[in-house]
Amino acid sequence: MTAPFSLAIMIFDAEVLQITILSLQISALATGVSLLIGLPLGTILAQSKFPGRSFFLSMVNTGMGLPPVVVGLFVAMMLWRSGPMGNLKLIYTPIAIIIAQVVISFPVVTGLTAAALQALDPRLKLQLYGLGASRLQMIWMLWKEARLPLLAALMAGFGSVISEVGASMMVGGNIRHQTRVLTTAIVLETGKGNFDIAIALGILLLTITFLVNWALTWIQQRGARR
Amino acid sequence: MKESLISIKYLLVKRGEKVVLRVEKLDIQHGEVLAVVGPNGAGKSTLLLSLARLLKPEQGKIFFNNTQAENTSIRSASSASESDTAYRRRIALVMQDPLLFDTSVFENVASGLRFRGMSKDEIRQKVPLWVERLGISHLSQRRASELSGGEAQRVSLARALVLEPELLLLDEPFSSLDPPTRSSILDDLGALLKETSTTTLFVTHDLPEAAQLADRMAIVIENRLQQIDEAKMLFEKPANKDVARFLNYRSM
Repeated sequence: MTAPFSLAIMIFDAEVLQITILSLQISALATGVSLLIGLPLGTILAQSKFPGRSFFLSMVNTGMGLPPVVVGLFVAMMLWRSGPMGNLKLIYTPIAIIIAQVVISFPVVTGLTAAALQALDPRLKLQLYGLGASRLQMIWMLWKEARLPLLAALMAGFGSVISEVGASMMVGGNIRHQTRVLTTAIVLETGKGNFDIAIALGILLLTITFLVNWALTWIQQRGARR
Repeated sequence: MKESLISIKYLLVKRGEKVVLRVEKLDIQHGEVLAVVGPNGAGKSTLLLSLARLLKPEQGKIFFNNTQAENTSIRSASSASESDTAYRRRIALVMQDPLLFDTSVFENVASGLRFRGMSKDEIRQKVPLWVERLGISHLSQRRASELSGGEAQRVSLARALVLEPELLLLDEPFSSLDPPTRSSILDDLGALLKETSTTTLFVTHDLPEAAQLADRMAIVIENRLQQIDEAKMLFEKPANKDVARFLNYRSM
């Protein structure tokens, strides 16, 4: 069998498909939750003045560079059978991976949301209020004005989790059919010397990342005719 | 004498410890166009922002149609209580820069109506009327970012006038335009304000502009409202040396 042919077979293998779908589900959910936390939090950090605000911003900006293995360690300790949240029995489940990925990506979404809103003209807010906008309407309009960098924040959030391996391995356990995702499968197959399978999985991971970002970029640029 | 729409008593606005505006008494009549003139940094815009409830005065009362505008929670522009929003929906603000939203001209003009929850049918009725009145009908479907400075300021005016506000607040809306553009917009706006008898507070540092548009002028110098009167009276009887110096210097 030639190499490209065997690659094609592997990509359409049932188990590979299951791993791919699970990866997508976990990372999409984690990005969604990060957006639900990061968009409001980033907006508050950008819009409000309160003591300790710049401290919180520095925390968030540091969080944007959190090493996934450190997050994995922390979440594993929390969810460990004997740990503070051990009775939830979440360790080595997809939910554990989602929790770890949210911890990794929500600072990314928060920090980039705050930066996107702070880049807007500060008088825009006065103008919106001066036209009768309520506070929520004002924020909605600011989000619309900043939609291009906000979509970039979403892409960065997704990118930080779909490609992440350390935390998924540590809290998910890379259990076949349950918590094995594309990145942890690549680590496993490479360790076993199965380079052809690892390459096939790698190509799939890249393709998915590309397709998701392509879709988001298309949405982003549709609104950018200038 | 007509009833006042706005009546200000002993207004004091501070920024930190510094007094940025002091107004003992100021009445704006229904349908009147009042120009607020003075040097840069004298406190003109502070007066306008206080009236828009975008600044919280330290002391004083602002009556709107004889009811006191409650200064509830306007510590800064970052907060907007329901009563502030309700109040602001009776006014409209046009700033020095058009600050248009990144969407079509039509949507820009419709934005304030949407904030007020107006139905699509009403919006489709009102917006074309006002873009027509400001001579920008042909630009309706254009994106705001493609407009020239004069066109953008016309959109900004349409966006405010379409709300048919009880009080229109203009903060140096023409100062960044070239003279021919400025005078053509000024003519159109003057006619529209007269036709609709919209009560207007017009902040400017340009005396001829003020004289052309306004019925009366309020002179603000050194963070204090010095005098309020018709242009002719101001020149004949300036209240003090500062006013006289300002008027002479500017009209030279």
